[in-house]
Order: sequence, then structure tokens, then C-alpha cells
Amino acid sequence: MFDNLDFDVIRRSLPYLFFDGMTFTLMLTALAALGGLVFGTLIALMRLSSYKLLGRIAGLYVDFMRSLPLVLVIFWFYFLVPYIGQWLTGAPRPIRVGAFTSTLVTFIMFEAAYFSEIMRAGIQSISKGQPQAASALGLTYSQSMRYIVLPQAFRNMLPVLLTQTIVLFQDTSLVYVLSIPDFLGAASKVAQRDGRLVEMYLFAAAVYFAISCLASYGVRRLQARIAIVR
Amino acid sequence: MIEISHVNKWYGPNFQVLKDCTTRVAKGEVVVVCGPSGSGKSTLIKCVNALEPFQEGQIILDGIKVNDPRTDLPKLRARVGMVFQHFELFPHLRIIENLCLAQEKVLGRSHDEAVARGEKLLERVGLTAHASKYPAELSGGQQQRVAIARALAMDPIAMLFDEPTSALDPEMISEVLDVMVDLAHEGMTMMVVTHEMGFASKVAHRVIFMDRGEIVEDALKTEFFGSPRSERAQQFLSKILSH
Amino acid sequence: MNYNWNWGIFFEPAPSGTGSYLDMLLSGLALTIKTALLAWIIALIFGTVIGILRSLPSKTASWIGFGYVEFFRNMPLLVQLFLWFFVLPELLPRAAGIWMKQLPNAPFWTAAIGVGLFMSARVAVQLAAGIGSLPRGQQQAATALGLTTAQGYRYVLLPMAFRIIMPPLTSEFLNTIKNTSVAITIGLIELTGQARAMQEFSFQVFEAFTAATVMYLLINIVVVTGMRFLERGLAIPGYISGK
Repeated sequence: MFDNLDFDVIRRSLPYLFFDGMTFTLMLTALAALGGLVFGTLIALMRLSSYKLLGRIAGLYVDFMRSLPLVLVIFWFYFLVPYIGQWLTGAPRPIRVGAFTSTLVTFIMFEAAYFSEIMRAGIQSISKGQPQAASALGLTYSQSMRYIVLPQAFRNMLPVLLTQTIVLFQDTSLVYVLSIPDFLGAASKVAQRDGRLVEMYLFAAAVYFAISCLASYGVRRLQARIAIVR
Repeated sequence: MIEISHVNKWYGPNFQVLKDCTTRVAKGEVVVVCGPSGSGKSTLIKCVNALEPFQEGQIILDGIKVNDPRTDLPKLRARVGMVFQHFELFPHLRIIENLCLAQEKVLGRSHDEAVARGEKLLERVGLTAHASKYPAELSGGQQQRVAIARALAMDPIAMLFDEPTSALDPEMISEVLDVMVDLAHEGMTMMVVTHEMGFASKVAHRVIFMDRGEIVEDALKTEFFGSPRSERAQQFLSKILSH
Repeated sequence: MNYNWNWGIFFEPAPSGTGSYLDMLLSGLALTIKTALLAWIIALIFGTVIGILRSLPSKTASWIGFGYVEFFRNMPLLVQLFLWFFVLPELLPRAAGIWMKQLPNAPFWTAAIGVGLFMSARVAVQLAAGIGSLPRGQQQAATALGLTTAQGYRYVLLPMAFRIIMPPLTSEFLNTIKNTSVAITIGLIELTGQARAMQEFSFQVFEAFTAATVMYLLINIVVVTGMRFLERGLAIPGYISGK
């Protein structure tokens, strides 16, 4: 069954797989998580704000993003980002945007919807007395959010945020549909060039599996530690 | 110092929590507010520093109208200290950081200044040794003393207490009350929502009795404990003092 | 934006020769729904079995459940589809492999099974949590009545647990529908795939994607509404969501 397999192809392509592919994947994951968290927190604050209209807009955005498949969103932004760039810069025609920038924008906008739900739950989990105590001390709304509410919400939700980041890490593989050489894309390129689909896809699966397992084990440890501190 | 006149407050269209409440607290005066649960006493005290909005009437705090949209509320609130039923220390900050945060961010004190002031107040409430602990590592009584110190660190012109001892185990109540008694003796203006009638009879100048959103009695301490006029206050007192 | 909008494009004949572009998208929609339904049935069956295993007191059972869930949760769905589609036929005995590769509609079956198994891990987690949230007395009562473990699950625990997890199951079903679009990578031309094809043939990118987006939104509305009716129909008076 394994007799006509050639696992040496993996060894030969390791530098390409990791220096090019995995670097792209991890960079995309990290930056998208960061951007998603920032935007997600803003959206969560909008949803919880006392301005009804702001809350409605944020809610619509979240519901909209969450009812679309990521693959479709990736296509959307792939074609839309050049126009957005044109609009932002006032250029005469749609501007060319690199694969990384385009996918980064996609993932930030998409993940913001999911991160915002987590942050919203985190903010709501904090008792009303905390912001009340903060304003009783004379802190303004933004100070109270910045120093009291958000740090606690972030800390309480850290395991969930990290779990979502693991999902994001796996989801970045979908940039495959744009033939972008992330880790899976790189593996797939080698696989097709050398006709070694079985070896390369098994290896890619093993790498994703190992990283995700390790990361979710770390999250479980963290969760246990937080549970003790509380 | 605090003037409350004809305050009405509704939750929703039908439920009135405060009915035409009028009273005042003079400088250096200690006023205890008591009454059965749901009588609106916590709501009233939270109206004083505008943590709760109200629809009608007005409250004037040290000459400034609380319910004026032009009032800079954070600035106003920074000048009155408030102590909450559930302490509301910030769990992600150390004790000393709890004391310093608002001093630095609101009053603009330097970090060293804030720490010095914080340490002094911790010493005053007898918790110097706990400065670098987190709130969850302290007992309820200790946490409430920290909360008082946190409010005092802002050098308030008056202090509001919202049932400061009702979430505490019985053996911890006195350590908190002792701090409050000292404060009263120093001449701090205080408005205290509490059921601790011992505290009231020891340091209060006046006692306000509330029921169903109304101020039913507003009397000097001696009159209140001597001969409360209303039947509701009499019933309340006999229930509270019977055990 | 210098883009030539042409909303009439939907009624122009598609080069595939099977009708207009709208027909093309609608056939994609139908395939999305068909794939998602089959995947969902698979997810429910396997998810239930694994969810039960996870909730059993036996160490072995819960380890199997844990391993299953971790296996399907820690690999991207896309990679899993590649494993089923490209790798599995090569690793099977020759005859079986050839049979698999020559299967008509191979992308459809692979997508349904692949997405189904992927989602089954998530259904299992939800179900185990639902069973775990039931009061322990329920199981004990079932046992005390002489029901076997299997009967206890069949007649007592599962009917309750499934009612409790209706809301999360609704969103997992929606995820199943959305996830079928990943199968575009193994050549399943479902809704997203047809939109992409339409974009390539007609160059009307935004019309194509807008139409697909609207269709996904409609699916969402239909599913959410449908599940709400189902939830109401299954509600037990006086118990969770029942009135």
C-alpha cells in the first residue's frame, strides 16, 4: 500500500513549505487575529452602545458576515479590494493589491464578526457594578472601558479568543481557492508538480493536526489555570 | 452640600421607584437612609452622583446641578466618594493599583504621588501589608475597607455608602463600621444606606426612612429612635431591632 | 467606481447551454442544499453516537469520543476533503480505489461525507454538553425505574438534551450549509462555485456574487425560521423554551 510512495519529496520541499508557505499562513493568522480583535471589539462596543442606530448597524454587519461562507467572502474581497483601494486613494482605476494584503483584509473583516460576538459576551459577563464603580470614581466612559471593562473582558474570554484563533489558523487554508501559496497552497504546488498528492496532503494534514492539537492543548491548560485563579 | 428636591423616577412607563423625594444633607452631617428592600433607598443614593438617571426634580451637589446636561459628570463624580454593596474593587488590578487608577487618570496626579496617597490610606484602614495583593485574595471586610480607601484617595467632599455591610459575613461588619465611625467623627459629610441601626444611633445626625419610593420619615436621630411617627417606620424598626 | 453594472445579465443565456445565468445559480443553490442535507444527516448520526460516548462514565468510551472529536476538529476542512478525495483512494486496495475514483458524482459524495464527518465532531461536543447539563437525578431516576443505560438515553436523556441544544444545533446546521462551499476545491459546483463560474464567463463579478450572497441570506432566514417553528413544536410546557 505504501510501496510506491516517495516520502523524500517532503524532505526536499521542506524549506519551501515552511519558509514560504507556513510563514505566510502564520503571518496571516496572527495579523488577522489582531486586526479581527481590534475591529471586533469596536463592533462589540457599537452593539452595546446606547445609540440604537449604531447598535443596529453593527448587528447587521455581524449577522451578514456570519451568514456567508468564508469561500464566498474570500472571492468577494479578492475582487472588491482593488476597488476599495481605488476609492481610498482616489486613483483613476482599480489598484493592484498583493495577495497577502487582499487576504488579510478579507480575514480581518470576516473574523471581526466572530471576535465581536466573543468580546460582546465578555463585556456582558462583567457585572454592572464594575463600570458603575469606575464612573463613581470619575472615570469617563472611554476610560472605564479601557482600564476596567475591556481588560477584564479580554482576560475572561482569552481561552475562547484563542480557540477562535485556532479555527482561523485552519480557515486560512481556504486562500487555496485563489491559488495563493500559503502552507497548503505550497504543499499542493509541490504535490502537483511532482505528482505526489498522497504524500504531500498526508504531510500537510499531519502538520495542521500537530499545530492545532498543541495549541488547543495549550488553551485547555490556560483555561484550567484561569479556573483556579477565579 | 447635597440638596435633593422633588425627585421622581420611573422604570418604564408604569413603575415608579422614587416618588417626590426631597431632603438635604448639610456639610459635615451624617445621614442614614433605611427602609425595607425595594424601597428605593439605593436608587436614591445612586441618583446623587448620577449613576442612575431620574426624570423629574433636581439634585444639587455642592452648588452644581447633577441633572443638568451641561454638567461634567466625571468631574463631579470624582468629588464624591461612593462605596458599593459588593465592593466593586477591580479584580484585575492589585490593591494599590485599585487606589491609584482614578487618582492618576482622573485627578492627573503623578504615579508617585498617587502611590504615596494610596499607601497612607491603606495604612489608615490597616491593610498596608496587602498592597500588592489582588482583591480576590482578601476577605470581604478587607475588600470593603480597600473600597473605602479607594474612595477617600480622591479627597472627596462627601461620601456615599450603598449598603456597605450587607454583603459581609457578620464577623466582618464591625471592622468596616469602625472605619466609617472614624470618618464620621472627623466631620466627613456622609449619606449612608444601611440597616445597621447601631451605627445610626452612634454617629448619625438624621435618619431617613423610605418605603415604596417615598421618604416617609426624615427626622433627627433622637426623634426617630424615640418616637417614629409613621406606622410603617415603627413596624420596620421593631422587625430590625427584634433580633 | 468605474464598473459596468448589468443586472440584466441573469436572464442572458449562459455558455453552459443549460439556460440563463439565473438557472445556473439556481442549480448551484439546489446542489448546495442537497449536499448540506446529506451532510447534516451524517453529522447528526455520527455526532449522536460520539456525543453519547463522550457522556458515558466509561474511560474507554470517553477516550474514543475525545479522540474522534480531536481528529476532526484539528484539521482544516479543506485538508480533510483532500484526504478523502485524493489520498484515500490511493491507500485502499487497488480495486476499491479504482471503484472510488470512477464513482459518478464523486465530488458530491466526498463533500457530503467529508463535511458531514467534520460537522459530526461539533454536533458531538454540543450533545455531550447538553447531556451534561441535565440534572444528574434524571439518569438516576431512569436507572431506578429499571431502564437500561441504552433505554435511559433513548427515552429520557436524549429527548431532553436535543431540545436543550436546539439553538446551537441551528447554527451548526447553518455552518454545514456554509461549509459545503469548501467543496468547490474538489470540483463541486455548488452555489459559490456557480457564482464563480458565472463571473468567469460573464465578467460581471459583483452581480454574480451579489446574487449568491442574497441566496445564502435567504437560506439563513428560511433555516432560522424553520428551526424556530420546530423548537416551538417540540417545546415542553413549563420546561426550557416551553411556555
